[in-house]
Amino acid sequence: MNHGIAIMNDRLGLWFNPAMRVALFVTCVNDTFAPQAARATVELLERLGHEVVFPPQQTCCGQMHANTGYQLEAVPLARRFVRVFGDPSFEAIVSPSASCVGMVHDQYPRLAELAGDRDLAERVRELAPRVHDLTTFLVDVLGVEDVGAVFPHRVTYHPTCHGLRGLRLADRPLRLLRAVRDIDLVELPEAETCCGFGGTFAVKNADTSAAMLADKVRCVLDTGADVCAAADSSCLLHIGGGLERQRAGVRAMHLAEILASTR
Amino acid sequence: MSASFPQAAAVELRNAQQRRNLRTATTTIRAKRARVVAEVDDWEALREAGARIKDEALARLDVHLERLEASVTAAGGTVHWARDAAEANAIVARLVREAGSDEVIKVKSMATDEIGLNAALAAEGITAHETDLAELIVQLAGDRPSHILVPAIHRNRVEIRDLFRDRFGEPRLTSDPAELTAAARRHLRERFLRVGVGVSGANFACADTGAVCVVESEGNGRMCTTLPHTLITVMGIEKVLPRFDDLGVMLRLLPRSSTGERMNPYTSLWTGVTPGDGPQAFHLVLLDNGRTATLADPVGRQALRCIRCSACLNVCPVYERAGGHAYGSTYPGPIGAILAPQLAGLRDHASLPWASSLCGACYEVCPVRIDIPSVLVHLRGRIVREQGAPASERLAMQALARVFASRRRYEAAQRGRRLTRLAAHLPGPLRAWSEVREPPRAPAETFRDWWRSRT
Repeated sequence: MNHGIAIMNDRLGLWFNPAMRVALFVTCVNDTFAPQAARATVELLERLGHEVVFPPQQTCCGQMHANTGYQLEAVPLARRFVRVFGDPSFEAIVSPSASCVGMVHDQYPRLAELAGDRDLAERVRELAPRVHDLTTFLVDVLGVEDVGAVFPHRVTYHPTCHGLRGLRLADRPLRLLRAVRDIDLVELPEAETCCGFGGTFAVKNADTSAAMLADKVRCVLDTGADVCAAADSSCLLHIGGGLERQRAGVRAMHLAEILASTR
Repeated sequence: MSASFPQAAAVELRNAQQRRNLRTATTTIRAKRARVVAEVDDWEALREAGARIKDEALARLDVHLERLEASVTAAGGTVHWARDAAEANAIVARLVREAGSDEVIKVKSMATDEIGLNAALAAEGITAHETDLAELIVQLAGDRPSHILVPAIHRNRVEIRDLFRDRFGEPRLTSDPAELTAAARRHLRERFLRVGVGVSGANFACADTGAVCVVESEGNGRMCTTLPHTLITVMGIEKVLPRFDDLGVMLRLLPRSSTGERMNPYTSLWTGVTPGDGPQAFHLVLLDNGRTATLADPVGRQALRCIRCSACLNVCPVYERAGGHAYGSTYPGPIGAILAPQLAGLRDHASLPWASSLCGACYEVCPVRIDIPSVLVHLRGRIVREQGAPASERLAMQALARVFASRRRYEAAQRGRRLTRLAAHLPGPLRAWSEVREPPRAPAETFRDWWRSRT
């Protein structure tokens, strides 16, 4: 597909999808440790013609607490989330983290039940359908696969577990990557195997996590790629940390950064 | 109390032979399973049906078990009820003695592993002979099984050759698989023909007819359930199916999930006693051993749907690397991580629910749709709330929850990098992370700093 058609597609996309007011659910990990992924998300959505707002009261969705067994400590964070993002002017709530979006969809209803909080349960039911991970928002809501990006590098893509099996993103991220101009996209062997991060798993079961990371890093290196991409910064910090420790010369990059790149 | 999973795994991970065996074996069986499951057009509907049948059985377990007892009794069998391992072992030992034997031949069975039957019988002067090839290898080596279906998955054939040479007194044996199998067969045949009492587990038992079902690959099970004059079956109470017809669903799900075969080579079914044919005395021991307590947890109870196929072990990245022994329980892998602690009333095996990265591969392949990741998270919560957690972890979690509860504290933490410092006090210090990974470095400018600067 040449660039002209891509631009036309973008314009058609805009024609069918008038500008939306999108609230960025940045996640604490992106906000603090991977701000470049969050900035790329903003730049990309704005380039596609949408209005991005950032509710500054947001902090953490509570996933680490809930997954480590501290569900009761996560309940106030769930209440905070529905309060912060409950503004009816937000047509969509979009996050560059499939894992944290999965938290809202799958775990918030259970937290509400555990706490016996019917108001929270109701607000989650109302809010969750508007909470999307970036790739679902682009492909399903906006109907865009070619976002007009240019990225002249060899890239391999790791489908993170909560995106792949939790949100069932299927090949949406790959469809977005395939439409990037000048990209050399190479398949990652054993792509669907977990990298070994798993939140506090990486510290509570550090040895097993390291063994899983070793295999993931080997698979990434086998591709000869310059960039290992994924749609979740926490897994990328893990894989990237392993690559960097080996001085492998391979960058871990969020999918949004690739999609935001232009000539 | 066994070592915690992280401690045991740290040791097992250094076993290069085991790592290699597990990698090869699980990779092969994953591919086989995927192939035969893809052949079935209505696999998802079949999984739903399997889950529904097991849930129906569990919802009225008392009714189905009493019906099973009536059916087995009417067909000439005897039913015994055992609250725990000690009761079950005592019943089996008494039955063996009453049958006039001091030996039993055994079909591979998870339930008898769970209750430690072999050791209990040995203490009573009764010898138990395992007849499944892998169980035999494990028994001869004084080892422990490390996989539900392939108990000797951690051994290679050179190790097995050396073991057989020594135990069978056949010093010229080679590591050729056919030769090793033939040696085992010579050893086992003699026992099949001599020993008068067989002991088995059960894959399924049908409440309406009293039929008991054992599924296997080697034919040793068929020998044990047909040749002896007395047959004793130890069965967890969750194995009951409401109807004989339910086997139609279960026998399609089990072999494909388990060995990656369309159908397993031997499926034995028997109903009580048939005069003049097969064992003339049949005893069914119904084992609770923590199952009723597990049933009381509305989220955790789905673990009782398990049909012991081990598909979840074969896809689990944690199991593949740490191996079965690291779990320190009869049931390893993802299913073991939710079943073992529940059967032990969360008092033992309490580290197992954390032995998972929550990647979800297990849930995808489970033939009875046990949502293992959700049960893991649920059990983590129950253990933290009911059994407590290390003070350092609890304090760090509470401190972080306080930080996240306020924008002001959160932004202050970002500025002071207190978030990073707190993370350093999480279970197992940050040192564990930075041994093999560069620690995440917080850039000078957070996202929200950038956002503020552009507006």
